[in-house]
Amino acid sequence: METIAIPAINLAPIMPEIILSCIAMLLLLVNVFVPSESKGYLGVLSLVGLVATAASVVSGWGQPVAAFGGAVQLDNFAVFFKLIFICSAALAILISDKYVVREEINHGELYPLILFATVGMMLMACGMDLMVIFLGLEVLSISLYVLAGFNRGSLKSNEAGLKYFLLGAFSTGFLLYGMALTYGATGSTKIGNIAGFVATNPQVATNSLFVVGMLLIAVGFSFKTAAAPFHMWTPDVYEGAPTPITAFMSAGPKAAAFAAFIRVMIVAFPTLKHDWTDLLWILAVLTMTVGNIIALSQDNIKRMLAYSSIAHAGYALVGFTACNPEGVAGILFYMLSYTFMNIGAFAVIVLIGKKGEANGNVQDFAGLGQKRPLLAAILCVFLFSLAGIPPTAGFVGKFYLFSAAIKSGYIWLAIIGVLNSAASVYYYLRVMVYMYFKPSEEDFDWVGMTPAIAVCLLLCVATTLVLGVVPGTVLELAQKAVQF
Amino acid sequence: MLGAYLPILVLVVIACLFGLGSVVFSSLIGQKKPSKVKLQPYECGCEPVGTARERFSIKFYLIAMLFILFDIEAVFLYPWAVLFKRLGTFGLIEMGVFIVILFVGYVYVWKKGALEWE
Amino acid sequence: MLALNNYLILSAILFSIGTIGVLVRRNAIVIFMCIELMLNAVNLTLISFSHYLGSIDGQVFVFFIMTVAAAEAAVGLALMIAFYKNRESIDVEDVNMLKL
Repeated sequence: METIAIPAINLAPIMPEIILSCIAMLLLLVNVFVPSESKGYLGVLSLVGLVATAASVVSGWGQPVAAFGGAVQLDNFAVFFKLIFICSAALAILISDKYVVREEINHGELYPLILFATVGMMLMACGMDLMVIFLGLEVLSISLYVLAGFNRGSLKSNEAGLKYFLLGAFSTGFLLYGMALTYGATGSTKIGNIAGFVATNPQVATNSLFVVGMLLIAVGFSFKTAAAPFHMWTPDVYEGAPTPITAFMSAGPKAAAFAAFIRVMIVAFPTLKHDWTDLLWILAVLTMTVGNIIALSQDNIKRMLAYSSIAHAGYALVGFTACNPEGVAGILFYMLSYTFMNIGAFAVIVLIGKKGEANGNVQDFAGLGQKRPLLAAILCVFLFSLAGIPPTAGFVGKFYLFSAAIKSGYIWLAIIGVLNSAASVYYYLRVMVYMYFKPSEEDFDWVGMTPAIAVCLLLCVATTLVLGVVPGTVLELAQKAVQF
Repeated sequence: MLGAYLPILVLVVIACLFGLGSVVFSSLIGQKKPSKVKLQPYECGCEPVGTARERFSIKFYLIAMLFILFDIEAVFLYPWAVLFKRLGTFGLIEMGVFIVILFVGYVYVWKKGALEWE
Repeated sequence: MLALNNYLILSAILFSIGTIGVLVRRNAIVIFMCIELMLNAVNLTLISFSHYLGSIDGQVFVFFIMTVAAAEAAVGLALMIAFYKNRESIDVEDVNMLKL
């Protein structure tokens, strides 16, 4: 009996995933073997793990390597996205330290779950095989289902977890069916081979299996990026989930879904480009408009930011519709800035909130400008950035996304985007009006800043402003990252 | 086209005949000595108390779920076992890594007390 | 032997039954069972393509889907139990605290 020749295994491209998984498993064991009431040290350990992972990710910049027979590819695109995921995980861990104590959900499992979710996201960003992308997505999703329902005693959190689970699993079904049909039409699950097959057999573009497969994959990813009309789960899940987890979900996993979406569409389905850009055009317009219009009438600030996050997915879809290097670079830049500005805003919400997720309405921000001028100013920076007002990262990001759309000839799309952006100013400004021009009805039950949240706020403000004032270097890196 | 399924049809028929035959013949020619224990629905020691629609303790759920999780992972062992010799040392190491990861989960579950009945 | 089409049509029907079930049923566990049906329809599609194309990839994919579905089931049922403990119901009509 002959032995099967094992191809040379190159573990370097998945070293970040290996490191982070090992750290997460270690934390899981430390959590049960070291009896301690305070779980803060787990947070510190996971931050150390994330830094080590980041170092390993950065070393992959500039030298694309494929491994596992082309199932995984660590290129600049993946490196850039992986850094976004690591930032979002680290910031979420920084703000959860205080929150979990306040809500009495100080279970050590929080940290390994966030790390496992990050491993899943990283696999999605570097997956070149539909199987790897699916596995990454599921590692991410299963961790997130648990995290959304992490506050077991709170009915809202239970509901968020259950809803996210049911709708997430439902959308996974569509995604998988799409993948199965694509596999059937092209004979491979590797997106490189799919592209190769399509190039040599152009008639496959009229094969209904192939077209339906592409559509179902697009639907599945639209669910995950919360694009309208597949956004229904977002507001409920974002409102009910623990605040640090909401912050995490709105930044990292959304970016991960975009990473996989972009790679699959651009690499595997270039021949159907005209079809899916038309589809994305509609999705982008719907997503921006629905998100912004419903956000106008929200009082609960987490819910408002949920709708705003739908709108932001719409802006990113504008860049995707443009489907030129500028557009994709714009998405990379936008996702990075959105991570910092949005998690920053959520950090302030964590500080203002009280036990049981109370104090989460816009009205509860009344008088913050007088009582806590610095905190109010910080929140203003994030809100300006979310609204896309210079000199913040949000403005630069939107500017590049919309100019990429114009460059590809989507003038109307850019106009609709700008109009939407203008409408969104209303609900962000509304929070500021409450902060500065309405007297506070009750005293702030001020629980105080912790070093971790202070670090998080500082990082977020600094990044939001720096990316807004001198975006050159990062934009250049984003442009270099557009290669598949 | 459907002819390929003929053996399965034959098997189904034989199985039905065998089942029916056993029951019919044993009731026709077997001895009958009924006792209270024998007439109970379950002869294996479970006392049938209360209705069958009783609620189960949540503890069963936990054990069942843990069983399914570890059980389904065994699906990866089958192809490996079939090709064990041809995969050689490499396959052994790979499977070792897989088992170690599962073991981490097992240790976590154990230390967390999920396997304690009380 | 049956042609590839028969299997594809069967799995498309199963997938549709699952989808419709998710949309019309109100009990979370039944919804989840419908989702499982969808996943198994996908598995059937993959297996028949794998056989038809003579490529093993589809069968490997099925292994992964099966294990992932088990992990999903564990998490999903745990979430339902947590919800049931607080709400005494798993009817999705009662999953309504967050609706406006």
